[in-house]
Amino acid sequence: MVTNVIAALLVLAILGLVFGLILAVASKVFEVKTDPRFPEIMDCLPGANCGGCGYAGCSAAANAIIEGKAAVNCCPVGGAEAAEKIAAIMGVEAASGEREIAHVICNGGTAAKKKFEYIGVQDCLGAMKVGGNGPLECAYGCLGFGSCVKACAFDAIKIGENGVPVVDPDKCTDCMQCAAACPRNIIVSVPVSKKVFVECANKQKGAAATKVCANACIGCGLCVKECKFDAIHVVDNVAVIDYAKCKNCKMCTKVCPKDAIAPIPTKEEKEKYKAMKKAQAEKKAAAAKDAAEAKAAEEAAAKAADAAEAAAPAEEAK
Amino acid sequence: MEMLTSIFAISLGAILTNNFVLSQFLGICPFMGVSKKIDTALGMGAAVTFVMGIASLVTFFIQHLILEPMGLEYMQTVAFILVIASLVQFIEMFLQKSVPSLYTALGVFLPLITTNCAVLGVSINNVSYGYSLIESVVYGVTGGLGFMLAIVLFASIRERLEFADCPKSFEGIPLAMVTAGLMALAFMGFSGLQVW
Repeated sequence: MVTNVIAALLVLAILGLVFGLILAVASKVFEVKTDPRFPEIMDCLPGANCGGCGYAGCSAAANAIIEGKAAVNCCPVGGAEAAEKIAAIMGVEAASGEREIAHVICNGGTAAKKKFEYIGVQDCLGAMKVGGNGPLECAYGCLGFGSCVKACAFDAIKIGENGVPVVDPDKCTDCMQCAAACPRNIIVSVPVSKKVFVECANKQKGAAATKVCANACIGCGLCVKECKFDAIHVVDNVAVIDYAKCKNCKMCTKVCPKDAIAPIPTKEEKEKYKAMKKAQAEKKAAAAKDAAEAKAAEEAAAKAADAAEAAAPAEEAK
Repeated sequence: MEMLTSIFAISLGAILTNNFVLSQFLGICPFMGVSKKIDTALGMGAAVTFVMGIASLVTFFIQHLILEPMGLEYMQTVAFILVIASLVQFIEMFLQKSVPSLYTALGVFLPLITTNCAVLGVSINNVSYGYSLIESVVYGVTGGLGFMLAIVLFASIRERLEFADCPKSFEGIPLAMVTAGLMALAFMGFSGLQVW
């Protein structure tokens, strides 16, 4: 009995040993040299294989980085931290790209007029197929059935209070899966530090846009005039912010007659702004008046002087 | 002549009548996993055929030269798993060095042959059917060919199914499962084939 057990143990142990030796030899004989940076870069990448970088998973991205096809900061999920580490491995400087997050450019929600009540499959693409472009009068607005919410692997986008999805800036990794899922194409990438958004994508003319949605941008251009940094422009009847120039001053939000630029100012803020503007205008007017008065006085004085000069020779003549 | 007949019978049985995947339901994991494209399916089939052939050869010697003389037939399964695992490891290294394209195509599924029960099934069937050395190797290779036939047929069906208009809930694996079931049903038609 005991000998049986020992024999079995020995046989298997020896078999294992022999195969182990063969494998050890084979690993030397068939050794393939891989780039030592590959596993290091893989360690820096998140490993979620989300495809946000445009490559088929993290290992493909790592290969592309090693081959120089992809930038060290190509991973939007890993962000600046991963970019820095990878840059250190690759021996290059990381371009300090600011983290970007997704943003939904629509604030229609409950304010958008509906053509009909849609009660089909709760999915934006499904809703789009019904009644020619879906249940909304606005052909650009968010349908609010949450296709983006379902597409998000990071639980970062939720339908907000007024029926429009809101992105959680802490959780969003800018993988843009939500943008791919959105049939309206109204989800864009914006730098995380920027706080001002034109919340409308409607390209219709002002009157038509107002007709379909109470919150629509009418392309009036007041914001364009107000902006001191040349950062907002009306393109195709809708205001668009150039985030390279925007300084978060929020002046455009206050002049917008349709409250289409977020963060939407409160009434007090608007009053305050109006008062400030009025004060500024008064000051300006007063300054202008003063200047005019001063000028008039100067002119009068000059005239008087002229008159005096003219009078003097006459007196001398007398 | 008798030898030839028996080899023919074994081949026919392993490829069609007792197909490893569709009649014995062994090796389902790679059958589902690597059957999305015909190219990779062919590669996987070739790898399995190769491993099954060599495994039959090696396990024959392990069985008859080591286990039987020592009276350790009951250690069969453990010993065979050991052999197959090292064999697959070896083949993986070999492929990575010599055929990198096949290595990348097979990806994670190559190590999965380690746990591919079709390979273990071949080795154990060889013993229980009492096959000779030549018969064992033939059974192993033709069993692998049968696997290749099944997986390539399956992959070509799945490639077409990609474009089929089917309910969202059936897309991908569920539809593949149904297809596999139907294929198994079709292969039952071969069970009438008998060569003795």
